[in-house]
Amino acid sequence: MSADAPTPGAEPATSPRIGADEWVQRSGERISGPGGLLGRGLRAAERTPRILLLAAFVGLACAIPELTSNVYVVGVVADTLIYVLLAVGLNVAVGWAGLLDLGYVAFYGFAAYLYAELSSGHYDLHWPTWQSVPLVVAATILLGFVLALPSRRLSGDYLAIVTLFFLEIFNNFTTNGYAWNWLGFGASHNITGGPTGLTNVDPFRVFGHVLDNYPTDYVWASAAGFTVVAVLFAYVNKSRTGRAWRALREDPLAAEAMGIPVKWLMLLAVAVGAGVAGFAGAVSGAYYQGVFPSTFMFPLLITIYAMVILGGAGSLGGVVFGAVVVNVLLEVLRTPDHARWVFYAAALIGLLAKLRPWRLLAAVLAGLAAFGVIVNQIVAAVWPRGVAGPIAIGPTSFTKHGFFAAILRHWVVLPGHTYTDSNYQIGNYAFVVVIGLVLVLTLVHGWRRWVLLVPTLWAAAFAWETTLIEQAPTTRPLFLGVILIVLMVTRPAGLFGQTRVEVV
Amino acid sequence: MSVAPLLELRALTVSFGGLTAVDGLDLHVDEHEIVSIIGPNGAGKTTLFNLITGVSRPDSGDILLDGKSLLGLPPHKITQRGVARTFQTLRLFLNMTVKENVMAAQYGRTRATILEQMLQLPRARREEREVQAFAAEKLSFFGERLMGYRWDQPAYSLSYANRRRLEIARATATRPRILLLDEPAAGMNPVETHEIAELIGKLRDEGGYTILLIEHDMHVVEGISDRVVALDHGVRIAEGSFEAVATDPRVVEAYLGTTATATK
Repeated sequence: MSADAPTPGAEPATSPRIGADEWVQRSGERISGPGGLLGRGLRAAERTPRILLLAAFVGLACAIPELTSNVYVVGVVADTLIYVLLAVGLNVAVGWAGLLDLGYVAFYGFAAYLYAELSSGHYDLHWPTWQSVPLVVAATILLGFVLALPSRRLSGDYLAIVTLFFLEIFNNFTTNGYAWNWLGFGASHNITGGPTGLTNVDPFRVFGHVLDNYPTDYVWASAAGFTVVAVLFAYVNKSRTGRAWRALREDPLAAEAMGIPVKWLMLLAVAVGAGVAGFAGAVSGAYYQGVFPSTFMFPLLITIYAMVILGGAGSLGGVVFGAVVVNVLLEVLRTPDHARWVFYAAALIGLLAKLRPWRLLAAVLAGLAAFGVIVNQIVAAVWPRGVAGPIAIGPTSFTKHGFFAAILRHWVVLPGHTYTDSNYQIGNYAFVVVIGLVLVLTLVHGWRRWVLLVPTLWAAAFAWETTLIEQAPTTRPLFLGVILIVLMVTRPAGLFGQTRVEVV
Repeated sequence: MSVAPLLELRALTVSFGGLTAVDGLDLHVDEHEIVSIIGPNGAGKTTLFNLITGVSRPDSGDILLDGKSLLGLPPHKITQRGVARTFQTLRLFLNMTVKENVMAAQYGRTRATILEQMLQLPRARREEREVQAFAAEKLSFFGERLMGYRWDQPAYSLSYANRRRLEIARATATRPRILLLDEPAAGMNPVETHEIAELIGKLRDEGGYTILLIEHDMHVVEGISDRVVALDHGVRIAEGSFEAVATDPRVVEAYLGTTATATK
């Protein structure tokens, strides 16, 4: 920059000054993320006033039960809203204060259990909602303080390990808490119901109404809670505490030296996040009418983290978006029919985004089609049973007999695929082959990579159709993993996260 | 010097393992004074700052601000008492905006609880306005260098010299009585160094701050110091005016070694 030569004396107020030229002025535009359709969408969302986005989101969530009578869909909306609350709560410690809190799910579980204890036949307590929910939230905030207290001097990996330890203690307690006694003294009590949890939990009762219209009422309850939380958090974020949290995330030592009580703010961040988890826990206890220890374990933690990371830790709107995307995606993967569309659409979009010029894209797609058909023909000639397997379908299949199914039948190889069938093992081997091919793919360059891409994609489709599509419990974390890897490579700060600079 | 010194160190000693980094140091800084600390690398200058700001604890001795001991207070409490520092290796909140950096430093001067902030009660709103105004005031102190549109840019987009300026602005936003500046001119070109020296003088004259300065650049030290203290191996080897200290044989020896003094 030529403007670096300093000019002594007064300058006109509008002229560019040292280092203050147009290039600096426009630096914000250059760092502001992806171009194209995605970038335009993200920037449009960022320009829209937050209150409008909130109204649109809550309005849409509440409108869905009115628009559809499909209980499953409404149930997914209710689930999603609980996840949204959880992600927003986790974002306080992780996104704003930069604390790697792996014990977060314990707060959610604690609240769900506490609500269930207070509102079920277990102790024959049936507290009214206006008493039980505030108590649950307050108790969870308190638990947040208590658990953060011994870890307040820790940061980074150490904090992660200690908080994960708390989650494990909680899981141990809920799973074995059906025969609790004080270090061997006295009679044993059934506190948590053990592995089978607590059931027959009361629904919310608000102003004399019993919220027992199951998915719909809890869409409303979660949406109301989320609206309050979003507004309160937006204010905190732009006030002194929000700034202090960000300062703590950036540099704890400098924050402390600038008069910010770092340890207190760590406690506060964990406790405030725990408060949201407390509300979400109470809602989930009432909505699912039961609590089970297996719910509040590590996989749930990973799911919530994936939501926060995907949306962009630190961005309130981003984590809401992340929660919706991840939960809807995971829900879609439950049904083979829907999962199939997700898989092929994701593969096609990936190819469209990455392959340039279009001739290369066309060559890969044509090669892919030809490769599949040829392999299919060879297998059919050598081993007819290898292509005789059925296409995995869900309850609402529309791909079983359609055009797409016909193509698929002549493209991939579908051996028998029931769990007892030994042919089923082929899918597992295919999965290992896919991983091997992907590893080789990262090592070769140039035209070899494009050639190798064809069998890799086909093998992925083969493994998908024979095994993964039917194994939602396996496929779901696998998909999360793939999303996170792709995100790490393409947009490490998450979709709506601010691109952060560590050291310059 | 009839009034009590603003900052007073008494027989301050700290050792790390076998190394005594600061050894029985006595030092005082009076109100509205600019005191420079010089000394070769490893003389214990930054350790001294860490002791004053509570980052590390002395083994013995005492640190008094306005006659009251700062010993045992956590760093943020010491800052709230009126001691602010900058860092030799810059430690800005890089991913926050320029203005936010300065606003964050006012945390200790505001009182609204998190509930008041959530509900935007009057005290929270009033304090927020004050914080905004004070941040603007502190940034304006740096004149055109940190003016205007730059306030909403992330701190990492600033040039090195401007980051140094922003760190000083951030420190002044804690409303300190004494500013500890750790090598404010490090890594700057001659023109920028000159500007920083002027700025430090202005901070004292117009801002009313008392300044304790660590600096290697003798032009800066010479131009603005009321008093210079030379340290070596944690011991004060000379104190007085710049001329007196710079020509002191022990200081020359500490910087250049005995052979150099012999040939001189």
